Amino acid sequence: MNFALPAFFAALSIAGAVAALSLRNLVHCALALVLAFAGLGGLYVALGAQFAGLAQILVYSGAVAILIVFAVLLVRERDEEQRHPIRWSNSLSGIAVAVLVFIAIARILTSDSSLHRAAPAAPSATIRDIGTMMMGADILPLEIIGLLLTAAMLGAVILALRERNAVKS
Amino acid sequence: MTPVQTADQIFVLLDQWLVSHSPLILQPLVAAALPVVAILGLFPGLFALTTVLERKGLGRIQNRIGPNRTGPLGILQPLADGVKSLTKEDIVPYAADKIVNFIAPVFLVIVVFLTFAVLPIGRNMVLANLDSGVLYFFAIGAATELSVFMAGWSSRNKYALLGAMRAVAQMISYEVPLLLSATCAVMTAGSLSTVAIVAQQGGFTGIFPHWYVFTPWGFAAFLLFMIAALAESNRSPFDMPEGESEIIAGYFIEYSGFKFALFFLGEYLGMFAISGMGITLFLGGWGAPFSFLDFVPSYLWFFIKLFVLISVFIWIRGTLPRLRTDQLMDFAWKFMLPMALIVLVDAGLWRWLAPGAARWAITTLIVLVPYIVLGRAVGSGKIEKRSYRYAS
Repeated sequence: MNFALPAFFAALSIAGAVAALSLRNLVHCALALVLAFAGLGGLYVALGAQFAGLAQILVYSGAVAILIVFAVLLVRERDEEQRHPIRWSNSLSGIAVAVLVFIAIARILTSDSSLHRAAPAAPSATIRDIGTMMMGADILPLEIIGLLLTAAMLGAVILALRERNAVKS
Repeated sequence: MTPVQTADQIFVLLDQWLVSHSPLILQPLVAAALPVVAILGLFPGLFALTTVLERKGLGRIQNRIGPNRTGPLGILQPLADGVKSLTKEDIVPYAADKIVNFIAPVFLVIVVFLTFAVLPIGRNMVLANLDSGVLYFFAIGAATELSVFMAGWSSRNKYALLGAMRAVAQMISYEVPLLLSATCAVMTAGSLSTVAIVAQQGGFTGIFPHWYVFTPWGFAAFLLFMIAALAESNRSPFDMPEGESEIIAGYFIEYSGFKFALFFLGEYLGMFAISGMGITLFLGGWGAPFSFLDFVPSYLWFFIKLFVLISVFIWIRGTLPRLRTDQLMDFAWKFMLPMALIVLVDAGLWRWLAPGAARWAITTLIVLVPYIVLGRAVGSGKIEKRSYRYAS
């Protein structure tokens, strides 16, 4: 399998995530996060899951990013760009934890049991198959997701209604 | 190949000839780059033509002559505009966020050009025949809102930020009916690939084509799609975010010179792209409107339809007054969203019922009655007889 394209998108995602962590301006961080989302979407597409990748871009960079940006804008403190000095002990402990987690995952993935199991056949991820499964075998999860989304929307409307009533009275 | 087929496929043949006559090492590069260069050259050229059309058209609607100094009938006006925007001073506010300020127009233009990749301009003339072309189009198109926000925020200007927030709210609200009405066409065609959707609309009964716009649900969905498209590209009557008399160009108030021209370009190209998608989904793409007109090349039909849609947009801009922000949002959530859902159900019914007069009657009723009821319910109430006041 060609690793160049997934590697490129993975690097893009990581770069975006690192930038989102380390930039000082909060809105810059949000925009870097959008880059990370887009990188993930590209990664999914490069690995053959077209629907997942495009849905990722549509939902994450198109909607969640806007949500994050609005939240950052509306909840800002008076003096932005507070410069907290970064202590080197913090960075050191962060790097140590990251290295430990990496070693743990690497040990699990390369352990005997996982290497000797035969890789399952890659499932067909065309949109037609996803649609058929969602409307057929996986219809219960679909309905539950619909219920969840409706509950979320109703919750948002109720919150806004309460605010409007509070403003009126 | 018959002469008609050759004329139809002339650009495809030209492309193949150019690829085969380039050095072997460069062939993949040329094959990939040639359609891209064609799109990059063609649509901005169309943009230039559209600016003249718009200014002359708006001028005539408003009872004045448009630009007529540069060239006969003002045809060379885009050249003058281009030179002006290139030579104007590029003012960046002192407190503005320079990086984001620079990226915003560039990002907009890049994203809008990316969406042209899945539009089938003619028979066998699509840049990328993706299996999920429609999803790709809307996914990439959703990123334009980010550029609008970036422009408004980076200017560090209260009016720009206000305009940007309004624009983003408007674009998000209108994306829902846009996607729902597109889903109707996708549902009926049974595929997300733009080429497949156009192919599905290719048959003729007698002399009439099988375009989706000629079905009750298709007509309603097409209207919803076009109204949402107007709102997505911030065009009048939905141009509150960039209203010249309201908040003085809103989110791109601090842009001058070429960056402003890039925003302009991005907005118009977005208009072309979404009209192109509307043509693909509802107006049969590159198909001829009557079976006896099949000899005209397919790309000509696409551009004729695009021209008609653009003219209708310009006409609407010159005729209707601007909507207030709350009217705009009401319209999206209280009228268009329920209508889009009803049209979706209608499209499903169309597929499920047997072909015949009963199907037409039922589906038309299901679209018509809620339209009238919702229109009366959401509107301001009484519909009075219009009164005219003429100068004496």
